[in-house]
Amino acid sequence: MKLYQKTAHRLHEMLLNKEVSSEEITQSVLNRISTVDEKVGAYVTVLGENALDTARKVDRKIKDGTNIHPLAGIPIAIKDNMCTEGIRTTCSSRILYNYMPPYNATVIERLGEVDAVMIGKTNMDEFAMGSSCENSAFFPTCNPWSTDRVAGGSSGGSSASVAADEAIVALGSDTGGSIRLPAAYCGVVGMKPTYGAVSRYGLIAFASSLDQIGPFGKDVTDCALLMNVICGHDPMDSTSVKFDVPDYTTFLANNVKGLKIGIPKEYMGEGIDAEIKNSIQEAAEKLASLGAEVEETGLPHTKHGLSAYYLIAPAEASSNLARYDGVRYGYRAQDPEDMIEMFKKTRSEGFGPEVKRRIMLGTYALSAGYYDAYYNKALKVRTLIKQDFDSAFEKYDVLLSPTSPIPPFKRGEKVDDPLQMYMVDICTLAVNLAGIPAISLPAGMVNGLPVGLQLMGKPFDEGTLLRAAYTFEQNTVHHENKPSI
Amino acid sequence: MTQYETIIGLEVHVELKTKTKIFCSCSTEFGAEPNHHVCPVCMGLPGVLPVLNKKVVEYGILAGLALNCQIADFSKFDRKNYFYPDLPKAFQVSQYDLPIAEHGHLEFDTGEGEKRVGITRIHMEEDAGKLVHQGSISTTTHSLVDYNRTGVPLIEIVSEPDMRSPEEAKAYVEKLKAIIQYTDVSDCKMQEGSLRCDANVSVRPLGNKEFGTKVEIKNLNSFKAMQRALEYEIERQIDVVEDNGQIVQETRTWDENKGITLALRSKEEAQDYRYFPEPDLVPVVISREWVDSIKKLLPELPDEKKRRYIEEFGLPPYDASVITVSKDIASFFEACTRNYPEAKAISNWIMGDLTRLLNSHNMDIKECSIKPQQLVEMLKLLDNGTISGKIAKTVFEAMFETGKDPGVIVEEKGLKQISDASAIEGIIDRAIEDNPKSVEDYKKGKKKAIGFLVGQVMKASKGKANPQVVNDILQNKLDHM
Repeated sequence: MKLYQKTAHRLHEMLLNKEVSSEEITQSVLNRISTVDEKVGAYVTVLGENALDTARKVDRKIKDGTNIHPLAGIPIAIKDNMCTEGIRTTCSSRILYNYMPPYNATVIERLGEVDAVMIGKTNMDEFAMGSSCENSAFFPTCNPWSTDRVAGGSSGGSSASVAADEAIVALGSDTGGSIRLPAAYCGVVGMKPTYGAVSRYGLIAFASSLDQIGPFGKDVTDCALLMNVICGHDPMDSTSVKFDVPDYTTFLANNVKGLKIGIPKEYMGEGIDAEIKNSIQEAAEKLASLGAEVEETGLPHTKHGLSAYYLIAPAEASSNLARYDGVRYGYRAQDPEDMIEMFKKTRSEGFGPEVKRRIMLGTYALSAGYYDAYYNKALKVRTLIKQDFDSAFEKYDVLLSPTSPIPPFKRGEKVDDPLQMYMVDICTLAVNLAGIPAISLPAGMVNGLPVGLQLMGKPFDEGTLLRAAYTFEQNTVHHENKPSI
Repeated sequence: MTQYETIIGLEVHVELKTKTKIFCSCSTEFGAEPNHHVCPVCMGLPGVLPVLNKKVVEYGILAGLALNCQIADFSKFDRKNYFYPDLPKAFQVSQYDLPIAEHGHLEFDTGEGEKRVGITRIHMEEDAGKLVHQGSISTTTHSLVDYNRTGVPLIEIVSEPDMRSPEEAKAYVEKLKAIIQYTDVSDCKMQEGSLRCDANVSVRPLGNKEFGTKVEIKNLNSFKAMQRALEYEIERQIDVVEDNGQIVQETRTWDENKGITLALRSKEEAQDYRYFPEPDLVPVVISREWVDSIKKLLPELPDEKKRRYIEEFGLPPYDASVITVSKDIASFFEACTRNYPEAKAISNWIMGDLTRLLNSHNMDIKECSIKPQQLVEMLKLLDNGTISGKIAKTVFEAMFETGKDPGVIVEEKGLKQISDASAIEGIIDRAIEDNPKSVEDYKKGKKKAIGFLVGQVMKASKGKANPQVVNDILQNKLDHM
């Protein structure tokens, strides 16, 4: 096994045993990027020298006998919507093609404090709007398992980088499934933490009340290690919650005895690919065989989730993205007649079609006379969906479902059909509306393409999700599958 | 001829004097180099989030209490969306349906009794930056933006449409300013923009119950501008109605140079601000305990002070109103009363010479070089006959110019009053000798002629002779001639 193929926790052991240096690991990953990224398109920016500098710093610490964090010296890919001081941060948008943030996102600061090696900024759907990673203004990210298929979105660059061994771990952001869906499509583990568990400071906003940063890993343990670093209250984010951050690795026990798992029938019905349904049934049976109590349940308002989501998220986005006007930074249209034309031309030329579509949707939903019919009603649906989960969690510890209703689809197949594209999110977006945590992990292959299993949990009960996921992983071999790119 | 009634409601923006901005730790200080008090948060850079300055809420509550409002126990912020280069996020964080305070009022004296104006609401919000046009706004090729003011906390105080004349509007703002200054949550300096006014104005035939169509006037940034703009606008609206025209619901701006209001945008062109709850902030939950603890910080307000001055010092109501308009003037007055019993004499000097000098120097009482104790000493010099009332004015001006003690000024300038008869007698004799006509008039029974002679003596003594003594000696001499 090559260095770049290994997990963070395995590489940490090797570093501690002085079997390898961080520089070697980093170089190995950089080489891997040069070899395969042409085919994958995971990175918008690769940080060669910066990464090697950090790696050498960690190597010196190891040499000096300084204690190092489990993620020290480990190459990590960062979705290009998290601000990195002095490193271009584009959101894969033309409007920010040259944007250089003067500050670091809180998660970047925290990764810096533990000496993780930031190896690059990953491609994404423009402003995290999309489910395929085809909405990047620069290039699409391809699925490492089959490059004519999509990597999933919007954090497709991060998931593909981990799947194609172009990074050991990665950070993404999840607004309606943007971590879990690409994790499922690329056959890696991806977790969306509880809303408020991770600081959003420095995460370029798509929909503020739904966005949450989370980890990608080659296994559940690596995700837990990243959770340890990124979770916790941040005074710079008023919506981040003060809570005692546990050591998430302590939940990694091979034991689901007595764990109550519900399978919401709405997530296994119409529109779910038959073979995916089979894989998920098998996964449920596996967990049952390991001692979990699995039964069918219901989340009755699920059918309204998609509509509510596609009102709330665009409404917030229409406001969040209004600041890109060409006045202070980023792209500015040439030779406008006047101020208003500068705004219009800059935004017309700077944003791609999906972003414009959502800005228009959101602007409409918030307009005088429509607010109550759309935005306000969507908020009420959101409350009902939250209540669905609340009552389900009175009975169950974990809810289980597919992550995506369909396997990774062909590139170009849905780009002209936004509604079809939105449907891909039906299993993931309710989790964001409810603010609860969820994890997607490999649950087998269908026609040579990965299937993702989604586990959803109670607010701030990531521990139970990690335990269930870890147990599943320990008793299956799905996560050992590697694409042959 | 139809008589018209004017209906005025005011929206007053007050900049809060917190040390730091509403959502970041940048300084709020006025007058810094452009774009020196900025950071990623107030610049609205991608990825930043607001963190509410608790002091802003505290000040909002304090202002609400001072204006007799009900303080909300659950309040939230909303986004007001519009594009303008001085608004870096392209939305202003403000409050829409759950403001911090509602249902208040204030009272002022109209000359015909007390008038009560309702306060509809007070909400907290962030200020925008400032565009600096290169040349005139219509011909400029480009404009520069200064974001220092972006994120400075404001409260907007919205009144009920309770005012019936420009004078009442002015009196309302004056009273509002006084109350806010008393609470010390703002400087309320109109010239620095820390107090800004917009007015809603309509007219209706006297006796009508229905309001006329209202027009909003912006840019009323001094008392004078407000008064003139309102007078102009009322006349304009009456003219339109008289010509059987329709008032258009619109926003107008006051053009100070031309002395007219100009249409800015009509109701149809009015922006849809698409307010919605600010998702980056959590709601503000205000406990009764917190409100109670803030209530304790509330100082004695102008109305209470005025009542007390009338009772405690026996000031006439007019004097009490004038003195209590400004907290600083009131404390100057009170400092004087601690060492001098004649409150009326103090208020005379404050309302007269002191106010005149401050106004002519465009100064604030806090910047004034005369200290309360110095005024007291001067009054004592006046009482014990060291100086005359006339000389006192000279001494007071010198005190204002130099900041020196009155005793020192009297000494240096040799302004001590001459009451010694022997020192005055010579001057009196010369006046009698030089003005035989007046002496004759007096002798003929024109007793008033003595006034002229006293004047001559005073003039000759450079005002230092004690006028009472002069008068007595003169009379005695004339009567014995």
